[in-house]
Amino acid sequence: MNQINNSTLTFQCETGNYHTFCPISCVAWLYQKIEDSFFLVIGTKTCGYFLQNSMGVMIFAEPRYAMAELEEGDISAQINDYEELKRLCTQIKNDRNPSVIVFIGTCTTEIIKMDLEGIAPKLEAEIGIPIVVARANGLDYTFTQGEDTVLASLIQRCPSKDRETEKINKNNSSLFPSLSIFSKNKNESNLSQDKPNLPLVLFGSLPNSLTNQLEHELEKQNIKISGWLPTKNYKELPVIHEGDYVCGVNPYLARTATNLIRRRKCKLISAPFPIGPDGTRAWIEKICSIFNIEPTGLDEREKAVWDSLENYLPLVKGKSVFFMGDNLLELSIARFLIRCGMIVPEIGIPYLHKRYQEAEIKLLEDTCRKMQVPTPLIIEKPDNYEELKRIEQYRPDLVITGMANANPLEARGINTKWSVEFTFAQIHGFSNARDILELVTRSLRRKNYIQQLGWKELVE
Amino acid sequence: MKLAYWMYTGPAHIGTLRIASSFKNVHAIMHAPLGDDYFNVMRSMLERERNYTPVTTSVVDRNVLARGSQEKVIDNIIRKDKEEQPDLILLTPTCTSSILQEDLQNFVEQASLNSTADVLLADVNHYRVNELQACDKTLEQIVRFYIEKGKTNFIRENLKTSLPSINLIGISSLGFHNNHDTREFKKLFNDLNIRINCSLPQGTTVKSLTKLPAAWANIVPYRELGVLTSQYLSKQFGLLSLILLPMGNINFNRFVRNLIYNLKVKNNEIKKITNIKLIKLLNLKWIKKESNKTNLKTKKAIIFGSANHVAALTKLLNKEVGLEIILCGTYCKSDSNWFIEQVQNYCTRILVTENHTIISNEISKLKPDIIFGTQMERHIGKRLGIACGVISSPIHIQNFPLSYKPMIGYEGVKTIMDLLFNTLNLKDRKTSFMLFKDTI
Repeated sequence: MNQINNSTLTFQCETGNYHTFCPISCVAWLYQKIEDSFFLVIGTKTCGYFLQNSMGVMIFAEPRYAMAELEEGDISAQINDYEELKRLCTQIKNDRNPSVIVFIGTCTTEIIKMDLEGIAPKLEAEIGIPIVVARANGLDYTFTQGEDTVLASLIQRCPSKDRETEKINKNNSSLFPSLSIFSKNKNESNLSQDKPNLPLVLFGSLPNSLTNQLEHELEKQNIKISGWLPTKNYKELPVIHEGDYVCGVNPYLARTATNLIRRRKCKLISAPFPIGPDGTRAWIEKICSIFNIEPTGLDEREKAVWDSLENYLPLVKGKSVFFMGDNLLELSIARFLIRCGMIVPEIGIPYLHKRYQEAEIKLLEDTCRKMQVPTPLIIEKPDNYEELKRIEQYRPDLVITGMANANPLEARGINTKWSVEFTFAQIHGFSNARDILELVTRSLRRKNYIQQLGWKELVE
Repeated sequence: MKLAYWMYTGPAHIGTLRIASSFKNVHAIMHAPLGDDYFNVMRSMLERERNYTPVTTSVVDRNVLARGSQEKVIDNIIRKDKEEQPDLILLTPTCTSSILQEDLQNFVEQASLNSTADVLLADVNHYRVNELQACDKTLEQIVRFYIEKGKTNFIRENLKTSLPSINLIGISSLGFHNNHDTREFKKLFNDLNIRINCSLPQGTTVKSLTKLPAAWANIVPYRELGVLTSQYLSKQFGLLSLILLPMGNINFNRFVRNLIYNLKVKNNEIKKITNIKLIKLLNLKWIKKESNKTNLKTKKAIIFGSANHVAALTKLLNKEVGLEIILCGTYCKSDSNWFIEQVQNYCTRILVTENHTIISNEISKLKPDIIFGTQMERHIGKRLGIACGVISSPIHIQNFPLSYKPMIGYEGVKTIMDLLFNTLNLKDRKTSFMLFKDTI
């Protein structure tokens, strides 16, 4: 296909006729991450039906999200939007009492031009709960970009003065300071004396165990970050000063990055994303280089991870993998898989922010050169129909795709891996490289058993 | 605006897509924003479908919002026509795109000039009808289109098949145990020596719709889907319709009797077969024996789901098994009159609502021994420690079993009895486990 050692990647753009999740699906993981939040999706039955079905069993666990279902009267503006939202928010306040309500604007609110940004501050003053507006609609965004819009809106809620010092002042001035809080603060200040917080804020929603792991990795290099966006609680959003450094952990957060640069005057560290041991190492090295720290022990650390993967690597070596594209993680995962010895003919991706992903793109090119494999063709806004034709022609060993195409492809004798799993599985950091390969090799391993049975294609 | 966490029926376009994807060689094009094509995922996942779902999107994005779709929809229709060569392309608006008020009918007309396939615009209002009503409407729309199209050049002579035959209307993809039911129907009609003239929409081509009038009668097992079509066929061709779900002994008996009556068959052979089967079936001794074993007589049940399944099951459980039905309800508001009339003699209370919290509250207040409902009721039951059997959509992948589990006919009674006894026994077993643990 492409020339080996062709040093630059080829970018193409197709029609954008591809399957993906609606960006409102971000409420599924964000309400779990921000524990005192409530997500109100203002949309139609279509949005509700999608969430209800895509979230699976989560829907039965009294999730902290709801639909504000628009009816015919809302669409034709016979009913006052403000009054309606006020009624619903009051109900939410009484039932759940969250620290923040996030309005998720949808396609419908865009089309009928409902002024959510205008309504929110008024409503916020009236009911006394912060209201954040994120327009995560399918007109503009794809799947994981939903998180991007929410985080971008949360930025302006991040305090710029140090809350910690405020709290201590308050405690001191209070007559009866709570002993536990006092001592805790003391401990914390002791700790931070050991390792002073660097002006570095990481952004991207990850499960708490993962944020701890990544923070720990940085602490080993004597880097203590000053905050993480988003936090476990809305009330603990990180302090962002002008001139702070920020660094993303996920490839789909371009808007958040832009907002941090433009609105909060932060400096973006453009690094590859900490997915796979190679990515994690490059991520840490880049952060270290910004703070003039000589990274230590990364060589051994990375080698140990690769060694631990030795059972998986023979399975993937020399196999080809095709990304149909739907969640913007494609580039990072492809780069890791190429490093594992796989061949990637094509990477479909919904949207590529070349500046935000600059370092990742570079690492991908370097990896291709290092592994002596052809550089993949990168297709933005892919066309599923055309992709399927190319898959049929190329017959890759594995296709990473959405559920809409997975079963039909399997029936045609092509191994698939459901791409959404990469969004929900823990794939960041050194120790989770194994999980990525576990996902990738699952259907390859299954194929080994099944091939003996002789059924390859199951359609006429 | 209303606060909603859960809905029993999907939006209208899901209904339309269910019909489109049930037919063979029909392609649906959604006029929708990116991400609204979740139907493909559901069909591929729940039905474990081996073929690509014939649904694509003509994406509504910022450009469309600013300048209108212009040629985009037409181009997409023509492109699909070339790529897939379907018999029919169905353009489907969604909640979102219908507010744009673009003249989709015009697009359809323009596109059909340049396509070999027929092109139709699904005629459903997204803010007034739900999934089930849209199913019904779309099926009728397609049937009407092809009957009228054929009128000019095909059999206007109203030729009936020589042997008794029927149209089986309402079998669709993503329907509750529909495929199993169809198999059971086929077996039944085979036993009765009745031909299936056309079974629609599942697995039928639109071209074969022109032979619909040749049948002697229409069978509509599911009230939610097919009533409009059967009404249209009755009006046009005087076809008799039997709208009845043969679930449980009583309904099944009625079904067979009505069927024989409708077809006006005077064939002793048929009667002989039916009689033997019916005698076997009506021997309720085994059910009674089982009931006595588990003290079913005293048990209280709550039933909730689609009007059709709940009505049939209420009669079955009350008359045949002897459960006390303390509440039965449905989310099919549009069919509530029929529903109330059907069940009023068999249960203590009737509830028609689309709000799952009302049912949840009733269940926790009334504390039944067993619930029959949808996936939502199953989870309510789980929370309250009450056993639940799923008898109606909305459903999950576990309700698309690979094994043969029809809900209708001879086999259906067995499936339901299994479901009933297993659900109840499991609960008893669980309590005995608890006791056991306590004594140790």
